[in-house]
Amino acid sequence: MSRIDFDIAHLLAGTLVLISFLELYQDRLYALLNIYALHALTLAASVAWQAFIQDAPHLYVTAAIALVFKAIVIPVSLHRIIVRLGIHREIEKVVGVGPAMIAGMGLVALSMVVMLRVTQSADPLAREDLAFALSVVLLGLLMMVTRRNAVGQVVGFMSLENGLVLAATGAKGMPLVVEISVAFSVLIAFIVIGIFLFRIRERFDTVDVQALDRFRGERR
Amino acid sequence: MTFDALTGVLVVPAVAAALLAALPDYRATARLNVAATTLTLIFALSLFFGRPQPGSYLLVDDLNGTFIVLTTFVGFTTSVFSASYIGHELEIGRLTPPFVRFYHAMYQVLMFAMNLALIANNIGLMWVAIELATLTTVLMVGIYRTHEALEAAWKYFILGSVGIALALFGTILVYMAARPVVGEGLDAMVWTVLVKRAGEFDPALLDLAFVFLLLGYGTKVGLAPLHAWLPDAHAEGPTPISAVLSGLLLNVALYALLRFKMLLAVNPAAIAPGPLLVTLGLISLVFAAFMLYRRRDIKRLFAYSSIEHMGIIAFAFGMGGPLANFAGLLHMTMHSLTKSAIFFAVGHITQVKGTQRIADMGGLTETHPMLGWGLILGVVAIAGLPPLGIFMSEFLVVSSTFARAPLLAIILVFGLLVGLAGLFLRLNSIAFGEPRGPAAKAQASYVPMFAHLALVFAAGIYMPAALVAWFQNVAVLLG
Repeated sequence: MSRIDFDIAHLLAGTLVLISFLELYQDRLYALLNIYALHALTLAASVAWQAFIQDAPHLYVTAAIALVFKAIVIPVSLHRIIVRLGIHREIEKVVGVGPAMIAGMGLVALSMVVMLRVTQSADPLAREDLAFALSVVLLGLLMMVTRRNAVGQVVGFMSLENGLVLAATGAKGMPLVVEISVAFSVLIAFIVIGIFLFRIRERFDTVDVQALDRFRGERR
Repeated sequence: MTFDALTGVLVVPAVAAALLAALPDYRATARLNVAATTLTLIFALSLFFGRPQPGSYLLVDDLNGTFIVLTTFVGFTTSVFSASYIGHELEIGRLTPPFVRFYHAMYQVLMFAMNLALIANNIGLMWVAIELATLTTVLMVGIYRTHEALEAAWKYFILGSVGIALALFGTILVYMAARPVVGEGLDAMVWTVLVKRAGEFDPALLDLAFVFLLLGYGTKVGLAPLHAWLPDAHAEGPTPISAVLSGLLLNVALYALLRFKMLLAVNPAAIAPGPLLVTLGLISLVFAAFMLYRRRDIKRLFAYSSIEHMGIIAFAFGMGGPLANFAGLLHMTMHSLTKSAIFFAVGHITQVKGTQRIADMGGLTETHPMLGWGLILGVVAIAGLPPLGIFMSEFLVVSSTFARAPLLAIILVFGLLVGLAGLFLRLNSIAFGEPRGPAAKAQASYVPMFAHLALVFAAGIYMPAALVAWFQNVAVLLG
C-alpha cells in the first residue's frame, strides 16, 4: 500500500472524529442536522476511498447508501419533522460545552490507547482506522448521554452507527452481509424513530425527552 | 435449496407475518397466529430426528436445538394465551383492530427473528437477527401509546440500540481477529470455522471483542447494571409480549453470549470469560432481589424477578464445568416456562382488575381461585421452593458452587433468600386477605398457564433419563 493511500484514509477517518466533536457542541437543531449531514458525507468519502484502495467494489454500495440515505434523506426528513412539529430550536444539554468537550477528548485518548495497544499484530491501516472508529462510536454515545432532546439523541445514535460502518469497512474483506445490514438497520431505526417522534408529539406536544421523565419509575 | 425442517422454522413465521398483516378479521388472525406457531413447533421438534449439515449461514447442533425447541414451544403457548388476552383488549377498546393486525404480524416477525438468531451459523447474521428482534419488541412495547408505554418503548429503543451497536463493534473485532488466520471473506464470520481455529487468534483482540459483546448482548440479557430498560418494557407492553420477552428474548441474547464464550474458551491465551459472567450475574441477582421489595406494579415485580433469574443463569454458565452448565441450562428452561406461566396469570389478573397496581388487587384466591392459585403455584415455583423444577436447578447451582467457591455460594444463597422473601411478601397481599378491586368473572384460557406449571412440576419430581442425557451432552459442549 502506497503512502498516499494510507494518508488519505487517515485524513478522512480523522475528519470524521473531528466532525463528531463539532456535533458535540451544537446547540441548535438545524445546525446539528447540517453537521450530521457533513458527518455522513465524510463517511461516504471514507468508505469510497476504502473501496478504491481495497479494490472491493461492493463497498461502493455502502458508500452510496451513506451518501444518499444518511447525508441527504435523513437530514432532510428530520428537518421537515422539526418544521412540522414546530419544536423549539434550542437543544437543552445535560452538561455544558466545556465538560462535554473534555470528556470527548478523554474518550478519544482512551480509544487510541486501547485499540493501538491491542491490535499490534494487525496491519497498520486497519488498526488506526479501528481506533478512529471507536472514537466516533464513543463520541456518539457521549452525545446521546448529554442531550435531553429526542432529535439530539437520535443524531447521536446515527453518528454512532457511522462509526460502526467505518470500523466495518476498515476491516478488510468483511462480508457484505454486515455492511448492508448496518445500512438497513439505520433505515429501520429511522422509521421507528419517525413513528416515535410523531407519537410523542401526539401525546406531549414536545420532543424533549425530559418531559417524559415524570413517567419514569413506579406508577403513582 | 431443498425444503427441510430448518427452513420451515424460518419460512413459516415469515409467511405467517405477511398473511397476518394482510388479513383484517381479528378472530381468524388470532387462530392463524396459533396455527403458525404450532407448525413452527412441529418443525422445531422434527429437528431432533434429522438435522441438515451446517452451512455457512445456518447451523443446528445440540446447544441451539435446546433453545429452538424451548423458544417455539413457549411461542406456541403464548400465542394461545395471546388470543384470549387480545380478545379482551379489543372488547374494552384498549386496542383497535388495525393495531391487533399489526400486533399479530409483529409477533410472527419476532418469532422469525428469534429463530434466525438461534440457528445462525454466521455471527453477522446472528447480530442482524437480534437487532430485528429488538426492533419488533420496541414496536410492540409502545403499542398502547399511553405516556408510560411510549416512554418505556423509547427507553428500550435507545438502550437496546446502544447495546446492539456495541455488540456489532464486538462482532467486527472478532472478524478482525479471525482474518489473519482464516483468511478474508465469509469464512471468517462462520461460527463453526471460528471455533475450530480460535486457538490461533490474537488473544488481545479477542479479549477486547468479548468486552464489547458482553456489554452489548448483556444489555439485551438485562444484566445489572445494564438492565434499566427491562422493567419498563415489561410493565408497559401487552402481557403476552412480557411473557415472550422474559421467557425467550433474554435467553436468545444469552445464547449469543454463550457462543462467544465458547470461542474464547478455545483460546488459552485469552481472558477467561467466566469470572466476568459470574460477577455480572451475582450483581444482577442481589440487586434485583432487593428491588423486589419496593415494587407497587405487579408486572414490574416479575420483571425484576426475571433480572434476578437471568443473573442466576449467567452465574451458572460463568462458573462453567459440566455440573454448573447443566444447572444453568435446566434453570433457563424452568425459568422460561415458569415466568411465562406467571405472566399468563398476571395478564388475566390485570384485565380483571383493570389495573397493575398491587395495592388495588387482593384476595384473588377467593374471587378468582383458578387465577389466584395459578399465580401462587407460579410464584412458589419461581421462588425456588421444592418440589418444583426451579428448586432442583437452584439446588444444583448452589451445591456445585459450594464445592468450588464457597464465598460466592454464600452471596448466591443470600440473594436467593432475599428474593424469595420479597416475592412472598408481595404475593401475600395479592392472593390472600380482603378481596379488593372488581370481582368480575375472568374470560381466561387457563390451559397454557397450567400446562407450563405442570411441566415445571413434573421436572421437579422426575426428569426423564433421555432429557438428562441431552442436557449433560450440551453442558459438556459448553465447556
